[in-house]
Amino acid sequence: MTAQADVGRYARQHARWHWSEIAFWVLALCCAFLFPSRFLIMSDIVRLALFALSLDLILGYAGIVSLGHAAFFGVGAYCAGLLALHGIVTEPVVALVMAGLAAMVVGFLTSFLVIRGVDLTRLMVTLGIALLLEALAERFSNITGGTDGLQGIEMAPILGLFAFDMFGKVGFFYSLAVLFALFLLARRIVHSPFGLSLRAIKNNPLRAAAVGVPVNRRLIAVYTLAAFYAGIAGALFTQTTALASLDVFAFERSADLMLVLVIGGSGYLYGGLIGAVVFRMLQEFFSNLTPQYWQFWIGLVLVVIVLVGRARMHRWALWAPNLIIGLLSGRKAIVAVPESDAS
Amino acid sequence: MFVRSQMLLAAGAVAVIGALAPAPAQAQDAVKIGLILPMTGGQASTGKQIDNAVKLYMQQNGDTVAGRKIEIILKDDAAIPDNTKRLAQELIVNDKVNFIAGFGVTPAALAAAPLATQAKIPEIVMAAGTSIITERSPYIVRTSFTLAQSSTIIADWAVKNGIKKVATLTSDYAPGNDALNFFKQNFTAGGGQIVEEVKVPLANPDFAPFLQRMKDAKPDAMFVFVPAGQGGNFMKQYAERGLDKSGIKVIGPGDVMDDDLLDGMGDAALGTVTAHLYSAAHPSAKNKEFVASYKKAFGSRPGFMAVSGYDGMHLIYEALKKTGGKTDGDALIEAMKGMKWESPRGPVSIDPETRDIVQNIYIRKVEKVNGELYNVEFQTFEAVKDSGKTKK
Repeated sequence: MTAQADVGRYARQHARWHWSEIAFWVLALCCAFLFPSRFLIMSDIVRLALFALSLDLILGYAGIVSLGHAAFFGVGAYCAGLLALHGIVTEPVVALVMAGLAAMVVGFLTSFLVIRGVDLTRLMVTLGIALLLEALAERFSNITGGTDGLQGIEMAPILGLFAFDMFGKVGFFYSLAVLFALFLLARRIVHSPFGLSLRAIKNNPLRAAAVGVPVNRRLIAVYTLAAFYAGIAGALFTQTTALASLDVFAFERSADLMLVLVIGGSGYLYGGLIGAVVFRMLQEFFSNLTPQYWQFWIGLVLVVIVLVGRARMHRWALWAPNLIIGLLSGRKAIVAVPESDAS
Repeated sequence: MFVRSQMLLAAGAVAVIGALAPAPAQAQDAVKIGLILPMTGGQASTGKQIDNAVKLYMQQNGDTVAGRKIEIILKDDAAIPDNTKRLAQELIVNDKVNFIAGFGVTPAALAAAPLATQAKIPEIVMAAGTSIITERSPYIVRTSFTLAQSSTIIADWAVKNGIKKVATLTSDYAPGNDALNFFKQNFTAGGGQIVEEVKVPLANPDFAPFLQRMKDAKPDAMFVFVPAGQGGNFMKQYAERGLDKSGIKVIGPGDVMDDDLLDGMGDAALGTVTAHLYSAAHPSAKNKEFVASYKKAFGSRPGFMAVSGYDGMHLIYEALKKTGGKTDGDALIEAMKGMKWESPRGPVSIDPETRDIVQNIYIRKVEKVNGELYNVEFQTFEAVKDSGKTKK
């Protein structure tokens, strides 16, 4: 058997859908019916999940650390906002793709700066790019509306059929559909030979180069792709909330995103998704409990998560499910550890 | 691989069901007020003052009006409008609130406006000060102020008091632009001249480079608007750059001399003349009592944001008394229109046409009273309407 066929077989094996994945998405869809009064926060979670997915592509798969991912989110958000505000492209789905492409262009151009240097340099460069864009948006407040943001954005119905409603129902289904479509794409990509080569680069760029992986070209490609994802997340934000102001570029947004991946785990696609759910729920829970000091409790939980370690927590969380599965199938349950932690 | 997916499934399910489940329904007879304020982030001082004042009002006046219990649900929006919108929606749909109130910044108040209209619920704006806000929904009533009210008056005062050249420094967002435009309009109409115009980013207020430009322009005075909470930092840098010794005095709407921070500003603030709706030194019995009980409860001096929150609660209480505890939105708004009362800041009323506040604007000078800095009022303009709307 040739090496190529080996890779193909390995990739196919790992790309197979598991029942629990299908259940995950069914559950996500069910949320719409379980919590019909919470569409806005659920849309928020879906947008954050998509944004986290974007960071996971570069951080979890290619090992590029970034503290400035909000740059692309912001470009997408403003692009979608301006397109709608000036009536250039009124159909949301087309505008969404255009906003994503705009972010992609910015991503492509800045990727050349990012691939130079290693982790610390990259942190600084990405942070710098986001700050730069934020300052530009502030400087050209005649276009961006500055701190007050774009006022009076009105979204046309999706595909001319579904109008956005005040309580976010359409917005939620729209966001979820976009997330699902892009998730499928991401899933396809990370299980392709391209995705495998990214993992090789993450583990050891030098060795990857030695076996013939064009490291820089791959990094540029994935960075550009991630920018596209982040741009779409930003555009979704503007379209579903009809708001776009300077805080789309805010450093907190990029930093929160890191936290999401810390909670959910990087290097597997569901990490960002679960992280987004847990992070927003924690925020919601604590800020309801104490509107003034909730940040303290979030901080505390994060410290605990990092100290205890995700793997151990997963094991505790899965003690009961594993037990049930163990009893039902009559075999010893397997304790789950994410690959990234096991290695 | 598949083991991991089981794990994620379980983790996801636990998290979602645990946190999204709606809170149990409360007793039916309580009147609920959703208070949305920036309790964290750059505008947190606004939120804190209003929250304190609301608590104080309820301590003093009891938590029952017209036979119904008042319940406050406080939410933190960190002054980010998409949070405000989400929280307002959840308060209306899930908690079934009868009022939404608070709103630290203009974009937040605007984001909630369509929800108030759709749900027919009064939106009591206790802070945000841009003129347009009350025009965005027939259910918005404001108990704070508009920048036009104080900016036009300080402009007229400056013209009359021999100030010819003014440099302006304003925060670059809607209220700052309102302040600047209304000041400029009245000041230049009176023959004054603007020699330098600087807009400072709202989020990152490092005033030093801007202050240097002010100094170089050599104006008679500088017109300053920064939102509540940033005044202390501004005056510190003003003194560090030596502008207090260069003879360039600060004038402006009173936001920069917020009572909350005034005493910590040091002697550089002495002699600053501002026009505003409230001073903790306002010489009325009502105010003396208000300041004393606020200080006793929270250990600090109340600022104009506290007074706006206090009056907001008063408005809600009085409206409920008028409707006999009925919480129909239209009836409440009707009850609020034209309402008059004596506030710690002086006599105020709600303009029946615009649902905006009509109040006295005072010209004040910073002086030392009993060793503490206070804005001492020396001239009063009575019953000032929002000129941002009357001009139209």
